[in-house]
Amino acid sequence: MSRIENALQKQRAFVPFVTAGDPDARTSLAVLLKLAELGADVIELGVPFSDPMADGPVIQRSSDRAISGGMTLAGVLGLAAEFRRQCDVPLVLFSYFNPILNYGLDRFAADASASGIDGVLLTDVIDAEAAAAARIFGGSGIDLISLIAPTTSDERLELICRNARGFVYAVSRAGVTGARIDVSSAAEALVARARRFTRLPIAVGFGISTREQVEEVWRFADAAVVGSAIVSVIEGSLTSADTVVAVDGFVRSLLPQFAKTGAEN
Amino acid sequence: MNYEPDEKGYFGQYGGRFVPETLVAPLDELTTAYFTHRDDAAFRDEFSDLLTNYVGRPSPLYFAKRLTKTLGGARIYLKREDLNHTGAHKINNCIGQILLARRMGKTRIIAETGAGQHGVATATVCALFGLECVVYMGTEDMRRQAVNVFRMRLLGAEVRGVDSGSCTLKDAINEALRDWVTNVDSTYYLLGSALGPHPYPLMVRDFQSVIGREAREQILAAEGRLPDLLVACVGGGSNSIGLFYEFLNDDVRMIGVEAGGRGPTLGEHAARFMAGGRVGVLQGTKSYLLQDDAGQIAATHSVSAGLDYASIGPEHAHLHDIGRIEYLSASDDAALAAFKTLSETEGIIPALESSHAVAAAIDLAPKMSSDAVMIVNLSGRGDKDIDSVIAAESPDSGRTANI
Ligand SMILES: Cc1ncc(COP(=O)(O)O)c(C=O)c1O
Repeated sequence: MSRIENALQKQRAFVPFVTAGDPDARTSLAVLLKLAELGADVIELGVPFSDPMADGPVIQRSSDRAISGGMTLAGVLGLAAEFRRQCDVPLVLFSYFNPILNYGLDRFAADASASGIDGVLLTDVIDAEAAAAARIFGGSGIDLISLIAPTTSDERLELICRNARGFVYAVSRAGVTGARIDVSSAAEALVARARRFTRLPIAVGFGISTREQVEEVWRFADAAVVGSAIVSVIEGSLTSADTVVAVDGFVRSLLPQFAKTGAEN
Repeated sequence: MNYEPDEKGYFGQYGGRFVPETLVAPLDELTTAYFTHRDDAAFRDEFSDLLTNYVGRPSPLYFAKRLTKTLGGARIYLKREDLNHTGAHKINNCIGQILLARRMGKTRIIAETGAGQHGVATATVCALFGLECVVYMGTEDMRRQAVNVFRMRLLGAEVRGVDSGSCTLKDAINEALRDWVTNVDSTYYLLGSALGPHPYPLMVRDFQSVIGREAREQILAAEGRLPDLLVACVGGGSNSIGLFYEFLNDDVRMIGVEAGGRGPTLGEHAARFMAGGRVGVLQGTKSYLLQDDAGQIAATHSVSAGLDYASIGPEHAHLHDIGRIEYLSASDDAALAAFKTLSETEGIIPALESSHAVAAAIDLAPKMSSDAVMIVNLSGRGDKDIDSVIAAESPDSGRTANI
């Protein structure tokens, strides 16, 4: 069992997403360590890309901030390595294909593994190209995380689930990343369909921003991914507040364990 | 030789499908619909009827006598796509795709546009069939192609400005893809060039290949033989592949002309086969890509909005690598000069995109013998570009005024 799969064995897992280097590498590292301290079971680290076609405005802007701050794929690996020296929470890189293709898949797999990256999710790679990447990453002990969507047919679900490693990421609805009012019923139906084909933990993401939504997702899935909502808090803190303090406050409001006891668990 | 892509949409090592999982189902649906209908007699009849009676095809193949004489070399023919309804080749593809969208039961059409010609053509076919139309356009392009923004709105389309990234074609495509991924059930994405994930590069080429089929017949009728050279500008690559495709198996030289912009430094041009162009993946397809050392997509520049794009259709990447097509670039200045030359010698005002092809012809024709024959694809007319040309020629543009 991989480190990621192991970390998500517990139910009600929390998987936060932030863009690496937003707003700068130093703050980003502090945010990652804070997320780990608050009980993140796995952390998703976004590789900033100039053309994030699957992302809504919040993550687009964070990507722009990180790139303006000089963040590159090599920089992301450096950040991950720094985090890994201080903390052992599994890390999943979330990336568009081009930066990784440009870096070279083999070289990337070796360097990512040396930096303590446990998994990689490629937003725009599917089928044969995903299988090829999975082989290369697998050779370095890195899980290629697979995405499924409400539009995914049963036939594809079976295929994707059969090759999945670590966990299966279910996109809650057709759309780009970004906070939404409700968790769609499509998400629950999708998770139920996927359970027929895999025993891996299933995480649900895209649009989760409140404690109610996190609890709702935990009712039918193993892990809740919260991305844009945290990135929004980072953005909101830039002019007025301390970013780490702001993230701390938000995550405490998000997770029920803090509501009940007021303490970390 | 077989120039068809494989079943996954690869032309050699280029093309394919690099998309978020959500788009796989709609792309499969589109592929199935396309292969079902493209050989269907009713579909083909409706397509060719609209091309004839609505678009005004066949477009003339015009012998440019004065230009030929002025340059003193090859005999230059112009394939007059500028005379199509809406003023460019873009309408050919729009007619094909709208017929497909209707057969697929889609009620909402979205499109991206750079120069505005594809947006206008999409708005036009949506008006023709009474379908809702949303066009994404970079705010920089809205500024330099203001006339086309007005035309789209007049035709009943909603034009949504995109102010992310470089505010040009690439950013408009990102936004159209985001819309599509959110509204997959109702929405048909009418992509305007031989770009994007499979089956778009193949489908757009097929719909545009009417250009080359006509040109081949027309040149045989006019000259009694095939041409020596074909020249076309290459943005995403649809007008060029549309002209070239029918000649790929003939002994005919072909040149694609990219936007050389202000010079060879990365960021100053949109010539993907020039400095900074390396294989990469953008917006669903694998092809040559202008990118920086970290794999971020580079800024591009061209005086013509329609050529101002960081990637190039995958079929071109393949034809480039196997040496079947040569690629050159023409600078902003050369295109502006060609714009003026063609206007003055033939009374034809070309689009700034097409002016890049004319610039290459002006350069090449004098080096060819007087019995050589060349066809230049005049992909569009230049009315939309008057403001851009006035701005480019103004004293504070840094260029010397020569109009
Ligand atoms: C008149 C004209 N020519 C050429 C192009 C470039 O596109 P493509 O390379 O797909 O023909 C455009 C695009 O907007 C155009 O409007």
